[in-house]
Amino acid sequence: MLQPINVSLESLNLITLAPMLIAIAGGLIILVLDLVNDKLHKSLYVMLTLLMLVIDFGAVLGLNVNERGFFDVMLIDGISIISQLMIIVGSMIFIPLALTSKRFHEYSYPEFFALFLFMIAGFQFMVTSDNLILIFVGIETASLALYTLIALHNRANSYEAAVKYFTMGALAAAFYAMGSAVIYGLTGSIELYKVAEVLAVRLNETGIMISIFGASVLLLAAFAFKLSLFPFHTWAPDVYEGASAPLAGYMSVVPKIAAFVVSIRIFGMYIDLGIEWVRIVILVMAVLTMTLANIMALVQEDVKRMLAYSSISHAGFIMAALALDTTEGTTAIFLYYALFMFTNLGAFAMLWISRHKVRRFSARYDNPYEKFAGLINIMPIGAVIMGLFMLSLAGVPPFSVFWGKIYVMQAAVNSGYVWLAIVMGLNSAIAAYYYLKLIVFMFLKEPVKSVDTVYYNLSKPLMAVIGLATIATIGSIFYIQPLISYLYYMISASGY
Amino acid sequence: MDNILSVLVFFPAIAGLLGFVVDKESARAYGITVAAIEFLLSLWLWFSFDTANAGMQFVELIPLIPDFGVTYYLGVDGISLFIIIMATLMTLIGMMSMSITENVKNMIVTLLFLEMTMVGVFVALDAIIFYLFWELSLVPMLYIIGAWGGPLRVYASIKFFLYTFTGSLIMLVGMLFVAYVYHNLTGVWSFAITDWYALVLPVNYQLWLFAAFFLGFAIKVPMFPFHTWLPYAHGQAPTIGSVILAAVLLKMGTYGFVRFSLPMFPDASVMMITPIAVLSIIMVIYTAMVAYAQKDMKQVIAYSSVSHMGIIMLGIFAMNAEGIGGSVFQMLSHGIVSGALFMLVGVIYDRRHTKMMDEFGGLASVMPKYAVIFGIMLMAAVGLPLTIGFVGEFLVLLGFYQVSPIMTVLAGTSIIIGAIYMLAVYKKSFFGPVTNEANKTLKDLDAKETWSLIPLVLIVVWLGVYPKPVLAPIDHSVKAMLTFMDEKAITHGAKDMIKEAKSTKEVK
Repeated sequence: MLQPINVSLESLNLITLAPMLIAIAGGLIILVLDLVNDKLHKSLYVMLTLLMLVIDFGAVLGLNVNERGFFDVMLIDGISIISQLMIIVGSMIFIPLALTSKRFHEYSYPEFFALFLFMIAGFQFMVTSDNLILIFVGIETASLALYTLIALHNRANSYEAAVKYFTMGALAAAFYAMGSAVIYGLTGSIELYKVAEVLAVRLNETGIMISIFGASVLLLAAFAFKLSLFPFHTWAPDVYEGASAPLAGYMSVVPKIAAFVVSIRIFGMYIDLGIEWVRIVILVMAVLTMTLANIMALVQEDVKRMLAYSSISHAGFIMAALALDTTEGTTAIFLYYALFMFTNLGAFAMLWISRHKVRRFSARYDNPYEKFAGLINIMPIGAVIMGLFMLSLAGVPPFSVFWGKIYVMQAAVNSGYVWLAIVMGLNSAIAAYYYLKLIVFMFLKEPVKSVDTVYYNLSKPLMAVIGLATIATIGSIFYIQPLISYLYYMISASGY
Repeated sequence: MDNILSVLVFFPAIAGLLGFVVDKESARAYGITVAAIEFLLSLWLWFSFDTANAGMQFVELIPLIPDFGVTYYLGVDGISLFIIIMATLMTLIGMMSMSITENVKNMIVTLLFLEMTMVGVFVALDAIIFYLFWELSLVPMLYIIGAWGGPLRVYASIKFFLYTFTGSLIMLVGMLFVAYVYHNLTGVWSFAITDWYALVLPVNYQLWLFAAFFLGFAIKVPMFPFHTWLPYAHGQAPTIGSVILAAVLLKMGTYGFVRFSLPMFPDASVMMITPIAVLSIIMVIYTAMVAYAQKDMKQVIAYSSVSHMGIIMLGIFAMNAEGIGGSVFQMLSHGIVSGALFMLVGVIYDRRHTKMMDEFGGLASVMPKYAVIFGIMLMAAVGLPLTIGFVGEFLVLLGFYQVSPIMTVLAGTSIIIGAIYMLAVYKKSFFGPVTNEANKTLKDLDAKETWSLIPLVLIVVWLGVYPKPVLAPIDHSVKAMLTFMDEKAITHGAKDMIKEAKSTKEVK
């Protein structure tokens, strides 16, 4: 006779679920509104989404650190709170980019916004759990929504991008599932903290290393796909190219934050257990990712593809911080993304305002360098802003990404990896070339063709978003201190 | 005014921002006025500077990122004071003599931002703030070379940027490592240079860190064999770009050695005397020979400028008051003289649109005023006594003589080779009959050019005859630095080297 399960509502601690439920409810409200009246303008949905995100933000801010809930599968620790905040802020910058002056196919569907909110809920589930199954559910919710969002951009290469991403993502999901299965087989648990306990005991058994190796390699492959690390990065440039510019910028930041949090939980556990080769594999992957992506970026003819490779390279940079497994290293990951988010989304938004229905400069590319030739004469402020974003991405002080870079490098030096810091420095120098290339085109060349193309899509909300990104990029020196101390506090409070 | 340094740094930047509003036609007058005010401010700094005090003055300290040890920390001592004044002076004079006609407003705004970064580098006492201005100075220069330069301008500007950027990133790793060591020893994060001075590092650490900083600074100087970007940059840059590059930006490298490498790594610096001296002597002699082989007048000046930077490097690594003091003085004289020479080449380029010497000849009879000023600057570059060039060069050689007489003699040949190529330039361009028809109708210096060059001539003669007002504060701070280095050095070799230098110094 089975004992009936007796659970009190207090012990469920349902408040831990509140942020995701808000996002999901927001998505449902949008769907219902569409059922009631299908003639509503996209601006309504944009603002509704934004409002739901504001509530979501408030709900996350109100959570207490280091709590568990919902049968202990939810884990609210410092990194889950800061990563949720960053995911929401990133989404809040992204969503007003829908308010372009020209009409686009995807925004005429309210489903776009509903899916967007479901995706955010998925990301939030990913980062607030140490239960491998719930993480899996989060990954899949978010990824499936994201594939659809890409495909909604009504273009042949958007479908290509979505299908490519879907196939690769399915493979990654399979790797993840198999890796988790091996872990379950080894430890009899899918809760990471229990896994760590069991592994710590069993670590010295003969022959167990091969299974641990198998599990971690499968999981590494899965997350290398998500984080676009070498050699699993090949999908990224094509997918970014096919997706609309803001979505590409979004993909280079927000899903990666979520994937990094899970990676910190899983691989941080391995490194903490003293399984040194996981660290070595991650380091090798990180170094190869930043170097090869940089070299690939050098030869790109399209600005969007260049930015895609550059964000792969930045991901490699950050992955190296993960291998350090120190509080500083983990802080560096979040600091870097917090700063990179504004600059990179800003840069992609600058491409978005020049989005044109017809390719007028090249048969193959939407944003070839020639398109931006002589931008300083056509749109001086736009050129200066884009130039600032490029300098920031190149790591020129005092712009935002520089602080992320030196924090990562300092964390590497502090852990005794001076060579890593030097590799990062040299990579920044290589990277400077392709960012400079765009600056050279914008400032030092003459315009090629008629001039209206580069601000075709400009509207007030877009200007506001770009202005915000610019202020965050230039003024970073003034908010770095509170940001670092908050991140450091939250991360050390949750024991990373 | 205790916060005069902040005013000096941010005044040109704010003026640059406001400059966007100023009308195109008036931009030039605006720029000159702003640069003049900035120059007067820097003179004010000099007059309120306490010459008896060898330490840092007008110190400002505001914590920016306390968790990370970054502070907004400015200060000035005898070593940096005159470089700042020179930087503001050369910006002013460069703007006055500027002959650019297209996009003048962009140029003015860029120059004002560049001025901020230049002053910032020389007053920063926090390594990160130093690095910030150091890197930021690349951007305006990239734009100046790339937008107003010659046919190869894009290549030259990118080469300039990437070369310097790479070197300084390695230097950044060095800085982060020093901060890490400092944190380990004291438990506090700090990037303040004065805090770092207190660190006594083991010799092997010193050597590695010296190498990291060396890369950053040597590329900027530029030391042989890292000098290859400079001829391109000079060759393609517009006149104003070359003036600022030669006069101020190159000094950042040598200043870096004096401010960072020597006091922070005294033992490594002493060990590195011979290698660096050898490189410097190669730089002096080799580039002087290359200069002689050039057909383009501007390239001659560019290579001669590299050659003279070799003398400055030699003086810094003499490890005594004459050598280092002489180097700092030579930085000023090199700034003024090579800046003036580039301006003079610009004058003839504006008239003839060529810099090839075989196009000229007999200019002295057509442009007498021009010839006289060119002659004076040339003599100063060669190091003729009673010009500014002599004082620095003499002190450097005197200082290095105590280290190695043979190397000093080798370096001294620079004066001879310098005289040969400089006089060859003068002979080819200015003497003899006017053979080229186009040269017969050339106009002599106009009022704008005359009035920008006359002050430089006056300074060249004044500091050549009576260098004491400048030399005394420099000497003061240099001696204090040497005493400090001597106390800090841990190896006997270094102590002996620095001590020996101190004892002979008293003779003077």
